[in-house]
Amino acid sequence: MIEVVRPGPLATVQDLGRPGLAHLGVPGSGAADRRSLALANRLVGNPEGAAGLELTLGGAALRFHRRAWIAVTGAPVPVLVGGRAAAACAPCFVPEGTLVEFGTPDRGLRTYLAVRGGLDVPPVLGSRSTDLLSRLGPAPLAAGDHLPVGATPAAVPDVDVAPVAPPADAPVLRVMPGPRDDWFSPAALATLTARPYEVTAQSNRVGVRLAGPALERVRSGELASEGMVTGALQVPPDGLPILFLADHPTTGGYPVIAVVAAADLPAAAQLRPGQQVRFRLRGR
Amino acid sequence: MRVRRAGDAALLVETGDPATAHRLRAALLADTADPSGGVIDGVIDGVIDVVPGERTVLVTVDPARCDPAWLAARIADLPLPEPAGAGDAPVELPVTYDGADLAEVAELTGLSPAEVVERHAAASYVVAYLGFSPGFGYLTGLDPRLHVPRRATPRTTVPAGSVAIAGPYSAVYPAGSPGGWRLLGRTRVALWDIDRDPPSLLQPGTRVRFRPS
Repeated sequence: MIEVVRPGPLATVQDLGRPGLAHLGVPGSGAADRRSLALANRLVGNPEGAAGLELTLGGAALRFHRRAWIAVTGAPVPVLVGGRAAAACAPCFVPEGTLVEFGTPDRGLRTYLAVRGGLDVPPVLGSRSTDLLSRLGPAPLAAGDHLPVGATPAAVPDVDVAPVAPPADAPVLRVMPGPRDDWFSPAALATLTARPYEVTAQSNRVGVRLAGPALERVRSGELASEGMVTGALQVPPDGLPILFLADHPTTGGYPVIAVVAAADLPAAAQLRPGQQVRFRLRGR
Repeated sequence: MRVRRAGDAALLVETGDPATAHRLRAALLADTADPSGGVIDGVIDGVIDVVPGERTVLVTVDPARCDPAWLAARIADLPLPEPAGAGDAPVELPVTYDGADLAEVAELTGLSPAEVVERHAAASYVVAYLGFSPGFGYLTGLDPRLHVPRRATPRTTVPAGSVAIAGPYSAVYPAGSPGGWRLLGRTRVALWDIDRDPPSLLQPGTRVRFRPS
């Protein structure tokens, strides 16, 4: 059992979400930076999709009432285990009764904590993920919450440390044009990929709202609502793109000028407000 | 059917109409009325989500198991079976027509409130697609006389079970949420229940009737 002493700015339980239900209006949800959650799980011998914690701008403090093995990945934060600094991206033993405290990342936005055995909160529609758009799954963590830990998996952690580059200061995300690039002037795609955009404070697990040069449409009128993918750069009438993350709505009525490459979605999930991001075209 | 790429793990297929979209969904997931299915080589491996929209289907895949370019080249040639449940009786929803916008809709359409109710309950509806929130189905088949715009200012809370219209669609709010549709009434039937399988009463292609109660 893990007791939440303080959750920090936003802490949610996340696994790999609810694939296969989008036709019912259920967002995919799950860890925004799936690669970091999967790595944290591998480091403690869990299946990659076990539920862990997603901390937004760190700040959490957790009391472990049972001994545990943990791993911390994603946005690098100082981690104190019983007051002593612990290494990131490495399995770490937590004795019974120990307080684990997370500082604030100076790069990146989302830090992941895996616990050997996984967090065993009740699944909803096959997932333990908190979906902030649809309000499915457990509520964001609050002080005093208790998180059960699941049964110890058979697999034994066999990696001491996984070297991972920290999130980039000036990230460049690769995009593929479309599916609705024909709703925009040719100059719009050039603008998107030539100039930096700033990540605004109106960003969350649903999407990253960007400020910068507006993208000009050549078609007016409304797009018939259509399915949306994670990584879509949806452009509302003001011309400023919104980059969809894990909790994005399943359908939308604004045209998508381009989609971020799947391999770059973890970097997109680490964008923090105030930071600049660039987009670069990749081939079809 | 034009096939567009939607990033490196999805295709957006322009089917033009919802019925074709539902049949394509059945073809890709082998969720067909005819168990022999008519699907080439059985189920296509690696398909994760098949999401109908108003005139499209979004197909997301696991690129490690299904190459989107390969699927894009074949999708137009898939035989399109009837979806499972296509011949089922319509879902019948009893409605208490006492909605907050009934008088306003009557005014906008030049009908009496009783005529609005009569026309709304007389039509046969089909779920074109779901979206906005889990279990929220966009129902086609609304009487053209009842096509009214959304409210200029959305309500901050619309109760679960509200039966509403906007543009060419009718819908039932599956859960309390903000909303800008015009409210005609309410039903007690649960549209959304996470402990039910499937959790949504409505699926793409489900036929619906409203019955005044």
